Amino acid sequence: MAFYVVQFLTGLASAASLFLVASGLSIIFGVTRIVNFAHGAFYMIGAYIAFTLTERFSGAFGFWGGVLAAALAVALIGVLVEMVLLRRIYHAPELFQLLGTFGLTLMVEDLVVLIWGPDDLVGRRAPGFKGAVDFFGQNIPSYDLFLIALGPVVLGILWLLFQRTRWGVLVRAATQDRDMVAALGVNQKWLFTSVFAVGVFLAALGGALQIPRDAVHHAMDLRIIVEVFVVVVIGGLGSIVGAFVAAVLVSELNAFGILIFPKISIILVFLVMAVVLIVRPWGLFGKPEAAARKTPGLTVNPWRPLTSNERLASLAAFVVAAMLPLFAGNYALTVGSEIAIFVIFAVSLHFLMSVGGLASFGHAAYFGLGAYGVAFLAKMAGLPMIVCLLLGPLLGCMGAAIFGFFAVQLSGVYFAMLTLAFAQIVWSIAFQWVSVTGGDNGILGVWPASWAASPSHFYWLALGVAALVTIALRIAVFSPFGYALRATRDSLLRSEAVGIDAKRVQWTAFVIAGTTAGIGGALFAYLKGSVFPDNLGISLSVDALVMVLLGGVETVSGAVIGAIVYKALNIWLVSQTDLSKLVLGGFIVLIVVVFPKGIVGMLEMLAQRRRKSSPPGSSLLAKPIESAE
Amino acid sequence: MRARNSFVGAAFALLAAGMGHSALAEDIKIGEINSYSLLPSFTEPYRKGWQLAVEEINASGGINGKKLVVVSKDDGGKPADAQTAANELVSSEGVAMLTGTFLSNIGLAVSDFANQKKVFFLAAEPLTDAVTWAKGNKYTFRLRPSNYMQAAMLVEAASKLPAKRWATIAPNYEYGQSAVAVFKKLMSEKRPDIQWVDEQWPPQGKIDAGPVVQAVAQANPEAILNVTFGPDLVKLVREGNTRGLFKGREVVSFLTGEPEYLDPLKEETPEGWIVTGYPWYSIKTPEHDAFLKAYQAKYNDYPRLGSIVGYQTIKAAAAILAKAGSTDTDKMIAAAEGLSMPSPFGEITFRKIDHQSTLGAFVGKTAQKDGKGVMVDTSYKKGSDYLPSDAEVEKLRPKE
Repeated sequence: MAFYVVQFLTGLASAASLFLVASGLSIIFGVTRIVNFAHGAFYMIGAYIAFTLTERFSGAFGFWGGVLAAALAVALIGVLVEMVLLRRIYHAPELFQLLGTFGLTLMVEDLVVLIWGPDDLVGRRAPGFKGAVDFFGQNIPSYDLFLIALGPVVLGILWLLFQRTRWGVLVRAATQDRDMVAALGVNQKWLFTSVFAVGVFLAALGGALQIPRDAVHHAMDLRIIVEVFVVVVIGGLGSIVGAFVAAVLVSELNAFGILIFPKISIILVFLVMAVVLIVRPWGLFGKPEAAARKTPGLTVNPWRPLTSNERLASLAAFVVAAMLPLFAGNYALTVGSEIAIFVIFAVSLHFLMSVGGLASFGHAAYFGLGAYGVAFLAKMAGLPMIVCLLLGPLLGCMGAAIFGFFAVQLSGVYFAMLTLAFAQIVWSIAFQWVSVTGGDNGILGVWPASWAASPSHFYWLALGVAALVTIALRIAVFSPFGYALRATRDSLLRSEAVGIDAKRVQWTAFVIAGTTAGIGGALFAYLKGSVFPDNLGISLSVDALVMVLLGGVETVSGAVIGAIVYKALNIWLVSQTDLSKLVLGGFIVLIVVVFPKGIVGMLEMLAQRRRKSSPPGSSLLAKPIESAE
Repeated sequence: MRARNSFVGAAFALLAAGMGHSALAEDIKIGEINSYSLLPSFTEPYRKGWQLAVEEINASGGINGKKLVVVSKDDGGKPADAQTAANELVSSEGVAMLTGTFLSNIGLAVSDFANQKKVFFLAAEPLTDAVTWAKGNKYTFRLRPSNYMQAAMLVEAASKLPAKRWATIAPNYEYGQSAVAVFKKLMSEKRPDIQWVDEQWPPQGKIDAGPVVQAVAQANPEAILNVTFGPDLVKLVREGNTRGLFKGREVVSFLTGEPEYLDPLKEETPEGWIVTGYPWYSIKTPEHDAFLKAYQAKYNDYPRLGSIVGYQTIKAAAAILAKAGSTDTDKMIAAAEGLSMPSPFGEITFRKIDHQSTLGAFVGKTAQKDGKGVMVDTSYKKGSDYLPSDAEVEKLRPKE
């Protein structure tokens, strides 16, 4: 019995650490609607700075002072980031801020190694909390007891702050309806900055308080960020109490789950999230999102098919790309094939995100399923390449059909997180089912047949498929189905009122996007000759998001450019510099500031401005705006 | 940036880029791939190690009079990116062979690439047995003692312990799974009386150490096998110390004696764990003294195990190239099979049968000295003594 009590308390201590970081994220999201990918980075910087301070100043005052000072210092950094970077992009399309904070995260990972060196750092134990307390023969670390107490204390302080201060009232009001708060004359700028500072302070405090338990190292951020997001979503976005309950729920399930299933930790939080979201679409304590007042950004620049000149230009670009084998070497061609494959992957997500308004955080699942589909068919059934390429993506299609059915019942970030949960579940199956998938050692030897083996042939294959896929999806955008899908994106209520079966349309879009991603994955398996769980992983999903956002989410085919720029730059930087993450991150941040609508989005806007200022005749309104292709 | 990567120095790299192959046709290029950005605590000393080797080789006349150049790439910890890098090295840099890699899945991915493209690959670090056995191929050789060999070394010591109730803690991925599987198999063969009372599989890099420690303690084992390393090990040790998990229990632990993982523990270092590792401070052989002196003179830092791996990888590559007298893949394979060469740990041989080198490892016990973790009672275990019989190896390797 004593054991179960101690295990429960241990779970509570883990929950407290998780809650500190999660509460900060929840507050930031609730008010600013920023998906702050850099939250983990702030957590990590908090730990690093606290390590330096507590090593320099010993004693109780040095330790606790150091922890607090570190959290405050990071909060200041947070304020700086908010004022310099985020303020510029609040009005950018939804999720664009994710791109900026992702760039920051990349930079921080390289910076901490540059500043603090490559070794894992182990800090001091907390003065006064070094030992353990005996509980009927079981030991409980006294620091755990401290954390267990700290969790509710922080919850209480936050509650007081939100319920009993004017600032708190404003924050709650902004969480509920930020346009109304702005309309009432509240200075949003400073409200957002202060909220961001509080959120970052909590993240950094969470990191600093890990010093007596953990090693400080450069991958701390990724280890926590996804888990924290999950906790926030399970609890319900913007709900502090929800975050607390979710942290306790997840930690306790883990603490007791490993007694029965020792391998459960790898997937537990995602399973919990999937179940919670299917049962309660807005998390445990969340409320349905108020109908968003969409900025009219999407209607200002209506989509239209390419003009004949633009078609000719695209054709010319394609012909130039197809001539690459005439003058480029094998390496350039293989990179070219990889980029073409990522174009397929990116346009498939772009279709879902920009046409359907459904941002998926787990799109790699279908890419990876396509790759595994090919690997199974080629290695187990021994089918020829053509057949594998045709049938392999069906696995992605099936996955998308099953998961999409549940996912489209939700919307916004909840939709995104449910897709993430599904992707992680698929990933963990690939990772754990060693006898079938080979586990993390993957499936090797999936090489192309001789007709496609040479780099130039494979390049032409990849390029051709990429072009076909892009054209097909463009046709879909301007088909009746595309219009219906856009209707559900722009106004769910109105689209249903005119008789569109919104969920079915969205589900279909999800399946189309998943199958297309599967085609990319199938080619990828042959390009690399092997398939690994990585192909389904979070980092690939994030890559896809970054490509779409970089290209411009409000465009018809911006993802093509986004994929080319991001992938080419990534491969080139990794090959050329040791600090590829720092440079790539810096580049992304720069793009975010300079092109707040993405590269293609910005170019389109410039072109449109010029068109408007030019004499009549080229006026947009004078033309039939959208005709089906 | 390139200056840090390819050893020849920035000016030389620029020259190479500017002048193309013709001017430098006399150089021999080796391609090197590792997870530099993902695992800097291992790869930084590793890089220093191979840079030292390149310097020594070129100072003593290069390879049959030709200068050795190493072109190094980062794989970011992703198999797919490792293949992109391998492709660049082979197709556009025109390297004679590929070397390096740390993670098992990346080692396998590059090995498969080598097999497909008929390129010589010398795997440095990946420990999975599959590299030389189940998924072994003609083109792939490996330097480090495999999972099986390290497990066999530990079992030799562990089987002498009186403990009968054993629990295991290992990261939940291929390395952890196969380490535990081999250890259990070999242990149970020697000691049929052993009971396996609990196993814990925290996700790699994400251990929630408190509950894991508590769960193991609850099973009340007499001895524990640990396979976690890096930050996970730190958390495990800290929680274990505070909760008294290790008190009165024997612990056998993979890799913990390597400076990369032992040094961060400082005053938390547990006493008396039986570990594999690299006690650079207590190896007293002429070969190692020479290496240590050269390393400390160049870097003003002590070597980690990564330094040895990096150093010996390039030394081995050079020895193979020198004997082959050519950069032709088949000739290099023929030269490498059965080739013996000196190393800081004594003479090693690349076995013909499975392309595994006989580089060994040190086994000893952990202890604390002046607030730092060290290995004591160490002895060097030759790799050749801890491999299964040739007949068994034949069965493990796929037929050509």
